[in-house]
Amino acid sequence: MSDAALSQAPLPDDALPLGACGKNSVGWWGVLCLIATEGSLFAYLLFSYAYMAVQRGQAWLPEPHPSLSLAGPNTLILLASSVAVWWGEEGVKRQRRGQHIAGLGIGIGLGLIFLVVQAFEWKTKTFGLTSGSYGSLFFTITGFHMAHVVVGVCMLTAVLAWSLMGYFSPRHHARVTVAAIYWHFVDVVWLCVFSAFYLSPYLMG
Amino acid sequence: MTAPSTSPDDFRHPTTVRVTARFPGPRLLRIWETEPGLKGWFSSVDHKEIGLRYIVTAFAFLLLGGVEALVMRLQLTRPGEHLLTPEQYDQLFTMHGVSMIFLYASPILSGFSNYLWPLLLGARDMAFPRLNAFSYWVYVAAGLFMYAGFVVGQGPNAGWFNYVPYAAKPFNPGVNIDVFALGLILLGISTTVGAANFVVTFLRLRAPGMSINRVPILIWGTLTASVANLLAVPAVSLACFLLWMDRQWGTHFFDAGQGQPLLWQHLFWMFGHPWVYAIVLPAMGMVSDGLPTFCRRPLVGYTPVALATVGTMALGFGVWVHHMFATGLPSLALGFFSGASIIITLPSAVAVFAWTATIWTGRPVFTTAFLFFASMIVLFVIGGVSGFMTGSVPVDWQLTDTYFVVAHLHYVLIGINVFPIAGAIYYWFPKFTGRRLSERLGVWNFWTMFVGFNLGFFPMHLLGLMGMPRRIYTYAPDMGWDLPNLIVSIGSFLFALGILLLLINVVVSLKRGRPAGPNPWGAPTLEWAVPSPPPPYNFAVIPQIESRHPLWEAELGESPRRSSIEEGLLLDVGRETIGTSPLDGRPTLILQMPEDTLAPFVLTLGIAAVFVGLLLHVWWLVGAGVAVIAAALMAWFWPRRRQITPEGVEPADE
Repeated sequence: MSDAALSQAPLPDDALPLGACGKNSVGWWGVLCLIATEGSLFAYLLFSYAYMAVQRGQAWLPEPHPSLSLAGPNTLILLASSVAVWWGEEGVKRQRRGQHIAGLGIGIGLGLIFLVVQAFEWKTKTFGLTSGSYGSLFFTITGFHMAHVVVGVCMLTAVLAWSLMGYFSPRHHARVTVAAIYWHFVDVVWLCVFSAFYLSPYLMG
Repeated sequence: MTAPSTSPDDFRHPTTVRVTARFPGPRLLRIWETEPGLKGWFSSVDHKEIGLRYIVTAFAFLLLGGVEALVMRLQLTRPGEHLLTPEQYDQLFTMHGVSMIFLYASPILSGFSNYLWPLLLGARDMAFPRLNAFSYWVYVAAGLFMYAGFVVGQGPNAGWFNYVPYAAKPFNPGVNIDVFALGLILLGISTTVGAANFVVTFLRLRAPGMSINRVPILIWGTLTASVANLLAVPAVSLACFLLWMDRQWGTHFFDAGQGQPLLWQHLFWMFGHPWVYAIVLPAMGMVSDGLPTFCRRPLVGYTPVALATVGTMALGFGVWVHHMFATGLPSLALGFFSGASIIITLPSAVAVFAWTATIWTGRPVFTTAFLFFASMIVLFVIGGVSGFMTGSVPVDWQLTDTYFVVAHLHYVLIGINVFPIAGAIYYWFPKFTGRRLSERLGVWNFWTMFVGFNLGFFPMHLLGLMGMPRRIYTYAPDMGWDLPNLIVSIGSFLFALGILLLLINVVVSLKRGRPAGPNPWGAPTLEWAVPSPPPPYNFAVIPQIESRHPLWEAELGESPRRSSIEEGLLLDVGRETIGTSPLDGRPTLILQMPEDTLAPFVLTLGIAAVFVGLLLHVWWLVGAGVAVIAAALMAWFWPRRRQITPEGVEPADE
């Protein structure tokens, strides 16, 4: 049964669904609040970066501009993991157990690959956390994002474990929905971080 | 072993029943009651229990912050006093600000809102009862954390807005500022989860029929503050984290050499100004709901007041730079933020006119609660005008960092927070305890506080105009500041005496107050429809709401439809309440609410261990804390299997 059908509200004299179902749950609105506040956190982080860049001028950016050779493909890996998790969530809604488990598993795997590639990306940098305000911002902001990827992977792993134990059904799977939307959020945040650090310097020439 | 997709327990058709002498019997009580004893105390998730704890704890911080203020006033009573050293004075004014602004003003509102929201909305608890308990425990942990530093002489000492460079490592090498930074991040966790809880409760837990144009103004106030907190608190948490990184790990965010000290001020006030509205809007909501009860008529202009509440907050995000007029920003920025700061008086004035018109056109009953609510209008206008004055850039250049600003912020925060809260205590104490506060002592209480407050804070305007800077620990005898300072000190002690009378009234009335009954004031809103104090399940049946004033429908006669409180949906299979649609309040599901649990308390212990470890660089403690956090979260979120028992369907939260 699709979410749209589930959230169709019965009238008071109709039977009411019992317990959380997908987006008709308090958990769904709760995770949206979490996303709002975490999204604000990254907005303030990127504000700090932009503010410092404006205050310090062109020479503040490192030369040469950040290379896209690792970060570019890594962005695609993270995007692919979001697609996998979406596909897995569709699986639980349609009671396709193989798709459900595989989607979550592939999503977790791609998330872990993203983290490993990010670690290599950090190693290639010629500046450090304490070498200047650019380095402080770069490692803090990408570090914040990596911490969110770690949290997202933990959430997906817990959901995968519960899936293997058979806790979820097409009607009752709010935890899958919640973990999935959080994972998509982590993905969107990366696009913002990536644009700020890797793409915007090229726009400035 | 996938659960079947449609089992008989997937839907239920709740029956409609009527409250009688035999219903509700002990069954609902057994389901909702917190078990007695220490374990029950630490695991309770009842919003009324948590709300009262919030109120008591926040009041304790108010008293601590008040004592700190009195010690400072002793030091400033006459010129050249040597009661305190400069370092002690620094820590005192910092802890005074931290206590009042962070540990009192917002948590006391969370306390009232936690207690009142489900009752006002016709629900049986908040949307996330365990998160509610967690929010309280983390708040306590943050308060203890910051006060622990103060007790060992290493408390925060750079003022409540903690400006760099003074707060940077080279100028402030002790752990004082790390206590501030980590403590505020900890408190931010509490504020954020509490805010999310209010937002979701508003969206999903209103009683059937309670569309958003029927909720009390207090709900609008707390909702607006909560949305603002979700968006604003990350700014200060981030600023504190970056400062801690600068101090402990040698990053370059705020140092003048490679970073930018003004970044601190931007991040702090991007949070700080919305926060100022977050700690007054719910209190303004209390006045908007309390005044009409004593004026015996509905609030004049419900819709404009609700919209002005939201509008004030929206503008409140665009005025932060008015705290930074004297930092040398470009004049275009000054002009924009000055304009925004002056425009924000418009939505603020809407409420003032609405309250005045409500009193004017009503038949006021002069209870103590009414006196507190009505006097708040006067104090709000005085504080608003002084704020309007400093919203002008040239005036601000003259007055910034003087006692004029101290006077302004105390008129705003005491006027629009403490006075409404005192009124709210008189108004809702009968609901909390089943007994009324003494009105005779109440009148003394009010006039002592009102006279003491104005005597203590009005002369500060003059001191500011005479050039006395804020935060100086003493002053020379030939400045002409002696007499006003003496008056201020006398006024502050008189004000403190007023607070003491309030405390005495509470303690005496707890035992000897007149029994209140469910609705001692003849008030219109839902919380007065249930017994005082309310049973653990709040409402025996789920009410059906037809108007903004469910208990005044007969008198007002606005429509032939009547809200139904005695008759409604029966939900008694485990802890259940109704979930409704976000705007119009149609029932969409039966929410299965969690049982009492120790998980929120244990999670708080884990988080507190992490913060203590980070402060003292005890890494094993950080590791242990993380392990406890992981275990507590797993216990918290572990899905429960749904099974049919003779009692019915076992509750499950998945």
